[in-house]
Order: sequence, then C-alpha cells, then structure tokens
Amino acid sequence: MVEPRIIIVGAGPAGTRAAEACVQAGIRPIVLDEGRRDGGQIYRRQPDNFTRPYAKLYGSEAGRAQALHETFDGLKGKIDYRPETLVWNIAGGQVWTASQTYQDALPYDALLLCTGATDRLMPVKGWQFAGSYSLGGAQVALKSQAVSIGHKVVFMGSGPLLYLVASQYVEAGAHVVAVLDTAPYSARIKALPDLLAVPSVLWNGVALTMKLKRAGVAVYNGIKPMEINGNAAEGVSGIRFRTGAGVEQQVACDAVAMGHHLRPETQLADLARCAFVFDPVTRQWLPERDGDGRSSVAGIYLAGDGAKILGARSAEASGRLGALAALADLGLPVDKGEMASLRGDVGTYAKFARGLAKAFPWPSEQASQLPDDALLCRCEGVTAGDLRAVMRETGAQEANRAKAFSRVGMGRCQGRYCGLAAAELIAAEADIPVEQVGRLRAQAPVKPLTIAIGDDQ
Amino acid sequence: MSRFVRLGETDRPIITVHVDGKPVDALEGDTLMVALLSSGSMLRQSEFGPEKRAGFCLMGACQDCWVWTESGDRLRACSTLAASGQQIVTSQPGASWSNHA
Amino acid sequence: MSGASDVIIVGGGLMGSSAALFLRGHGLSVTLLETDLIGRQASGTNFGNVRRQGRPIHQLPLANRAIAIWRQSRELLGADVEYLQSGHIRVCYRERPELVGSMEEYAANARAEGLELELLSGNALRDQFPFFGPDVLAGSYSATDGHANPRLAAPAFARAAARLGAVIHENTKIVDAQKVGEDFIVTAADGRTFRAPILLITAGAWGNALSSQFGEPVPIVPKGPNMSVTEPVPYSILPAVGVMTPLEEETVYFRQVARGNIVLGGSTRGPSFPDQYRAYVEPQNTLSQLKHIRRLAPQLGKLNIIRVWSGIEGYMPDSQPVMGPSATTSGLYYAFGFSGSGFQIGPGVGETMAEIIAKGATDIPIQPYRIERFATPS
Ligand SMILES: Cc1cc2nc3c(=O)[nH]c(=O)nc-3n(C[C@H](O)[C@H](O)[C@H](O)COP(=O)(O)OP(=O)(O)OC[C@H]3O[C@@H](n4cnc5c(N)ncnc54)[C@H](O)[C@@H]3O)c2cc1C
Ligand SMILES: Cc1cc2nc3c(=O)[nH]c(=O)nc-3n(C[C@H](O)[C@H](O)[C@H](O)COP(=O)(O)OP(=O)(O)OC[C@H]3O[C@@H](n4cnc5c(N)ncnc54)[C@H](O)[C@@H]3O)c2cc1C
Ligand code: FES
Repeated sequence: MVEPRIIIVGAGPAGTRAAEACVQAGIRPIVLDEGRRDGGQIYRRQPDNFTRPYAKLYGSEAGRAQALHETFDGLKGKIDYRPETLVWNIAGGQVWTASQTYQDALPYDALLLCTGATDRLMPVKGWQFAGSYSLGGAQVALKSQAVSIGHKVVFMGSGPLLYLVASQYVEAGAHVVAVLDTAPYSARIKALPDLLAVPSVLWNGVALTMKLKRAGVAVYNGIKPMEINGNAAEGVSGIRFRTGAGVEQQVACDAVAMGHHLRPETQLADLARCAFVFDPVTRQWLPERDGDGRSSVAGIYLAGDGAKILGARSAEASGRLGALAALADLGLPVDKGEMASLRGDVGTYAKFARGLAKAFPWPSEQASQLPDDALLCRCEGVTAGDLRAVMRETGAQEANRAKAFSRVGMGRCQGRYCGLAAAELIAAEADIPVEQVGRLRAQAPVKPLTIAIGDDQ
Repeated sequence: MSRFVRLGETDRPIITVHVDGKPVDALEGDTLMVALLSSGSMLRQSEFGPEKRAGFCLMGACQDCWVWTESGDRLRACSTLAASGQQIVTSQPGASWSNHA
Repeated sequence: MSGASDVIIVGGGLMGSSAALFLRGHGLSVTLLETDLIGRQASGTNFGNVRRQGRPIHQLPLANRAIAIWRQSRELLGADVEYLQSGHIRVCYRERPELVGSMEEYAANARAEGLELELLSGNALRDQFPFFGPDVLAGSYSATDGHANPRLAAPAFARAAARLGAVIHENTKIVDAQKVGEDFIVTAADGRTFRAPILLITAGAWGNALSSQFGEPVPIVPKGPNMSVTEPVPYSILPAVGVMTPLEEETVYFRQVARGNIVLGGSTRGPSFPDQYRAYVEPQNTLSQLKHIRRLAPQLGKLNIIRVWSGIEGYMPDSQPVMGPSATTSGLYYAFGFSGSGFQIGPGVGETMAEIIAKGATDIPIQPYRIERFATPS
C-alpha cells in the first residue's frame, strides 16, 4: 500500500500530538508551521540563545510544555517538518504554501488543521495609539523576547489570559499598574459549576488573582472601558474607564494589553469550504465538526483552538483524536477505546470552556456603545461612525456587504481584530441577532503574500 | 525613550541595526520589533490616520508592524529577526516607480 | 399579484440598476428584481476599469455615452463612486512586435469615434511611467479613460433610482417569466409574482435561464476572472494599465486606488458556479497572475497581496453582449452577457436600454449585439 499523505498545519499542542499519532501509526506526516519554532502559542519556544528555564517561562504548565517540546524534538526525522512555511490557501485538494518567495502545492489524503487562535478584541476609543497591544501579544513579548510592552502596563479586557499574563508580567519584574476586567465578579460565581469540570485549572485562576492583589496591582471587576488616552506622536498615556460602581476613573500608563479571550483561526477551514455553524455561547461562527474532529469536507479534520477555543490541554487531546480519526478513515488500525476516552476528555474541557465563556462574557454591548469617533478597524482607519453612516445610507446589514461599502474588515488583518465587534455593532444598530449579520468570508491569502512568490523557481 | 522594557536575557551578544540611518544596538535573538522598540517608541506611520504605530499582536496576525529596508523591501518586524547591518526605514519609501503623468 | 408597473427589470447589477434610473427619467414606473443584493455579482466584484480603448470600434459610441455618465456620476447619483479619469495604457511585449501595428490601426479608427490615443515607444513609456519592465515594447495611452470602485457603483445607481421612485426587491429570485396576453408575469422562487407590459432581462451570467423561457437560448459560458489587491502604498500610479496579447494567461492589468492599494487582475480565468452564486480563485491562477504582473511591472514584486477574489461573468462566444429587443416576444428586452467588459459601458447600456424602451429607438449602434445571431435556423 502506498503510504497515505497526511498534512498537519500547525505545530502547537494539537499539531504536535496529531503528528505523534501519525508517526506511531508508521506514517511520516508533513507538518507545516509559519513560526520559526514549534510549540504554538501557549508553549511558544524562545530563541535558541535564550536561557530561561521551563519553570520560569511556563509556570504551572512547565511540565506540559517540556513534555510537548520533547515529543516534538523526538519526532524530528520521522516527520517532514517545514517551519517558516505559511499555508496561504487550500484549494483543489492541495495545500498551498509560501516560504519567503518559495511556493509549493502539496496534495493530501488527510489534512489536519491545527491553526490555533488569536486574541478576540473589542475596540476601545484610542486603541490605535502606539502602546496598545493585544493581550496575547503582550505575552509573546515576554515569553519569546523577555520584554515588557511598556514601562507602566495596564491589562484590560476579560478572560483567563488577562490574569495569567498580568501575573506573568509581575513575576518577570514588569510594572503592572492595574487589571481592568470587564466581567463582573458575579459572572464567575455563576460559572462555577462548569468551571469545576477541570478543578486544577480553576484553581490556577483563583491563585493568580490573589497573587496580583498581593503584588499591589489594582484589580477592578465589571469595568467599562471609555477611552485609551494618548496622542498621535507619543502613543498611549492612560486609560479612562468606569468602575463597576459607575465611577469614572483614570489610570496613567504607557502601554495597555487588551483582549477578550480568543477567537479561532478558521480561515483555512473556510477556504477549504468547510461548513460553519453559529455558536451562541461565544457568539462566533465555528467550523462544523463531529465529535472526533471531522469537518464537513471529507479528508479534512479540525483540532485544537483553531476549531473552537477549548484551551491547551484539550488541544493536545483533540489533536491526537483528530489524527486517530483520520487514520481510521484511511483504513489504518486505531485503538477505538483510546478514541472514546479522548472524546471524553475533550467533552470535559468543553464544559470548562463553557464556564469560561460565562465567567468572562464577551461584552458585545460595548460595540454598539462605541462613540462615532472611535476607530473600529485599525487597518483601514474606519470609525464606528463611518460604519453607522454607511448602514444608514446603504441599508447594509450583512457582514460582507458592510465590508464592501465601509472597508471594515478589508485591511491587512482580514478582519481578525475588528470583524467580531463590527458584527455586534451592525446587529445592535439594525436590531437583528448577530448571527443574522453573518460572518466575513475568508479570502486567500490568509496572511500577506509577496508578489515575488515563485519568482526564482 | 524606549517603548519596550527588557526583563532578562540581556547577556546576549550585541548587534547593530541601522534605523533611519542611525545605528541602534540590539541583542542577538531580538526580533526587529524588539530591536526597534527597545531603543525607540514607534515602528511606522499609519496610512490613514495621524498616529504612529508600534505593532499590536506580535504574532504575525495583525500586519501592523511592517517596516522597510532601504532598498524598499518589506519586513514584518514582529516575525523577522534583527541582524547586524540591516538598514531599516520606518516611513514607507516613496514608490520608485512613481509616474510623472 | 405582488406588484404591477410599466417595466420589470430582472437582475440588479450595473445594467439593471442604471436602466432603472434612466427609465425613471423617462417617467416609466419600474420594478427591479434581484436574487441577491444589488450589485454583488459581476458588477460588484470586477476590476473597475473604466476604459474605452481596446473595445471594438463599433462599441465606442456606447462607451462614449457611458463615459459622459461616469464623468457626472457624483451629481447624478449623489454619491462618490471613486471615478478617476486618470488614464489608461495598453502595452504589448517585445516578442509581439506585430501588435504595434494593431495599436496604430486601432488608434486611427478610434480617433474617428472621438477617442484620442497616444502611441508611445517602450522607452518613452518607461520614462513617463517608470514601473514598466524591460519587456514592454510599446503602448497606447488614453488620457480620458480611468477607473472607478465597482463595490460602490451599481448600488449607488440603484439608490438613485429608488429615490426617483423605482421599486426594488432584493432577495427575489425570478424562476419563471411568461407573457400572458399583453403582460409579462414573472414569478419569484417564493411564489410572489410581478406584472408589467415590458420586461428587461439584465441577469448577467444567468441571462440564458430567462431568455430560454422565450425560446431564445444563448451559448453563454460563466467564468471567474481573478483579482488581487496589495496593501496600501503611496499613491503614484495614475493610469490603469493592461497588456494586449492573444494569450489569456498573459492578459494582466492593474490600477492603483487613491487610498493606495493596487488592484491586480487577469491571467487564466477560474471556474464559477452560477447556481451557488460563487466563483473561486484557483491558487495557480493567482500565482500565474503575479508572475505576469512581475513581467509587466517588476518593481511591484516588492509588494504583498492581501486579498484575492473573483466574480461570475457571462461570456459569449464572440465576446459581444446580448443587447436589444427579443426576436420572439414583443415588449421583451435583453442586456446581458457582457463578456468581461461591461463595467465601463454599464451606465451607457442602462441609458440606451431606457431610451429604446421609452422611445422605441436609439442612435447607438446595437446591431452587433442582436440575440438573433445565436438563433438556430428552424
Ligand atoms: C497569544 C496566545 C497566548 C496564549 N497563552 C495561553 C496560555 O498562557 N495558557 C493557556 O492555557 N492558553 C493560552 N492560549 C490559548 C492557546 O491557543 C491554546 O491553549 C493552545 O496553544 C492551543 O493549541 P493549538 O495547537 O490549538 O494552537 P496553537 O498553539 O496556537 O498552534 C497553532 C500553530 O499553527 C500555526 N499556524 C496557524 N495558521 C497557520 C498557517 N496558515 N500556516 C502555517 N502555520 C499556521 C501557528 O503558527 C501556530 O504555531 C494562548 C493563545 C494565544 C493566541
Ligand atoms: C472579476 C471580474 C472582473 C471584471 N473586470 C472588468 C473591468 O475591469 N472592466 C469592465 O468593463 N468589465 C469588467 N468585468 C465585467 C463586468 O463586471 C460585467 O460585464 C458587468 O458588471 C455586467 O453587469 P451585469 O449587470 O450585466 O451583471 P451582474 O452584475 O452579474 O448582474 C446581474 C444580476 O442579475 C441577478 N440575477 C440573475 N438571475 C436572476 C434572476 N433569475 N432573478 C433575479 N435576479 C437575477 C444576479 O444576482 C446579478 O446581481 C469584470 C467581471 C468580473 C467578474
Ligand atoms: S505586530 Fe501584528 S503582525 Fe506584527
């Protein structure tokens, strides 16, 4: 039998475990990742010449990080690993890659998309000023470069990463001024039953908050961001917000890390024409998949946070599960019992993730409350008022229609950072459910592609 | 005034990058973004607003951190390693192919 | 019966929208029916070239009529459709010197129709437009052509028509059209019906489904041209640029919008799926487009594209549209199948069809576009 061609996109926890399962089945998969090193987001590896030990880099997750990296290192030679290789399109049964100007088209029998997540952002007036960063970006600065994004940093938004990254900053010696959480504390209490699905992770969250308070960081719950103060030349100078009690306050800072949990990187699944469904809990459109990770398109499997935000542990389980499903579909022997147990694990993490979504709700109402002069789309410089004006003039109420008329989501980031908020704003203005606004259709290339592509081939 | 603050890993070899013609010290293993923002505070001028930009996501997703080499090549600062001798410019070079019609 | 009017237009692209506007100008009541949303198909996805040069000479009177409308579009529509009269250049490559002769001949004939073209040698071109690569042999420059934003154009025409009283139904797919007595009755997928003594079919790549219902099938082929766009770069390329070549693969073009993005188009066209209202860009076509763009303008190789797209266009075997009255059914009119070059002439088509419908005649030559040319002798 000819060895089946399996391609895995992403070398994070999901992709690593998928690759491992393939190798165990005697197959040499191709593993593509645009990053310089494996590890993905949470277990991002620092450059070779950095020396911080695992415990310092990954804290409570050091053991898992090390185990994952060692697994990946052990796979080298048994997999066709191509780092710094962007998958920019999937079409015609082929994966289209770009590495600088080198291009390739790789056919596959099974394709596992383990593309991970990026931050979910709710725009705040002034977020275009230099010194505003995504929460994940703030963590990347620390993890992979050992820098803080500023001299006086505020963490603003909600979600488990908010507290985690803030405390990682404190621990590394950065000056954290405040944590401004848009989620009210009561939401966390309500979410407890679901959060208890993974007690060890829940405990991490509580411990982090305590640690921050002990370090003298002001922690506010239930806040409403009003404005990131600053100016065009110097960037961020402070934040104006309303406390949970409704009192307006300012904090001075030169950097803000902002985010509301994560959104999956689903563009490749979309380009591969996988069906999507609306998830009312996270108010996001997600690629459809069965309990094992099969998408609606035969031969394409979805795992990890790129399919649905369920966290790193779930990513390891779903990566392995997706690969086992692919192997089974290719007619290879797999352990059905193991698949059932992995399915159970993923289910547990799903319950926990539901809890997180309740504990740290996406403040959808903030989109409609954005003042007219607040920038909604950072790439194209489109304000909330511009979008409202376009809606009034043209009647546009569908995401792609509004994009066509207003340019919201039409810029370099392809709507990653404004798309969800824009949909909420449209829904609120038009007084329709957000799912009726639809979703921005993915367009290749998923990241900018040089016109020189293929030049020297 | 720098934007980023180094919190460790500082005994790496020093390299020199030129930014807008001026030499800037960086450390081996720095991304261009860290190199530029550890000595300055901005990466580029926004095309559509008055403000300067200094990147946003640091993970190659937002595309807010593109800078240019003197010869007009484009580099994504958060995902490109700084290297000795690089000649970086932080304002988009005028198009060399500009027409005169 | 959901509605009655003087004219029903099926298809809300640029043709249908502009026809609706001009029919209102003649005082006729209009109902415009559109499957999807106004101007989302070919009219909303095209490259945006508002060029006359390169069109068949017999089409220049129509193109001239259109350019007059584009020039006053802001006043006419009360909206900015980003029309820029910043020129258009058509070039040929060294390995096809015979095309220089064709350009000269074309320029002489076009002058008679009021289109002034200036022929430039490769060096003169590179001098004035330094983005051209060494393979460019010669070019033909039209100072009075330009480009506009297709995403905005058709919807702006439709809004202007609606302000003048045209009734527009979006999300209305017409599945049946018949003439019953003096009136046409058209039926939407959801059962609504509309009635009018005059029916204009401006259904783009879908035109054949409707013309067939009146015994006039046409061999229209749907295809999806490929588009890409770069990140914004300093605005410095004024004219729209295109290559004259017999090879589809080599046929690429680009233009820069005032905000800075450079729109690229052309090379091998991809498949399209009219039933699903989708056209897909095949990656190999993007790669071939970029390769040919590098040849045309090597320095663009330093830029990135940030988005690709396609749209569904209906191509006729002779590359000419179907435009004019039906040969089988009185009161029935067609304007579809614009074969990849309907954007520039769109407003002129709308004005001309309105004129034919309201006045029974036009001075614009439309003989080459008769639907009878596809009739099979019975
Ligand atoms: C910045 C950030 C920080 C996070 N920090 C934490 C944390 O501290 N703790 C926690 O529990 N969770 C964290 N998360 C959540 C995290 O996403 C998951 O826990 C975990 O990393 C998911 O694993 P994964 O394998 O699904 O995806 P990832 O680990 O994100 O891996 C996806 C990989 O796919 C690659 N990729 C994506 N698209 C393409 C493409 N088109 N072409 C080529 N390669 C591609 C990426 O480069 C990446 O390496 C973080 C997420 C982000 C975005
Ligand atoms: C990618 C691309 C690039 C192009 N570039 C250029 C260019 O640079 N310059 C140029 O001049 N031309 C260009 N063209 C061609 C130009 O866009 C078209 O010729 C022109 O837009 C056709 O307009 P239309 O109104 O006939 O068709 P469309 O815009 O397609 O409109 C037809 C409408 O009819 C509707 N419809 C169809 N069937 C029914 C039904 N049964 N009931 C109700 N509604 C129906 C459709 O939904 C559609 O909205 C390009 C085309 C494409 C696709
Ligand atoms: S900072 Fe977002 S891509 Fe570099």
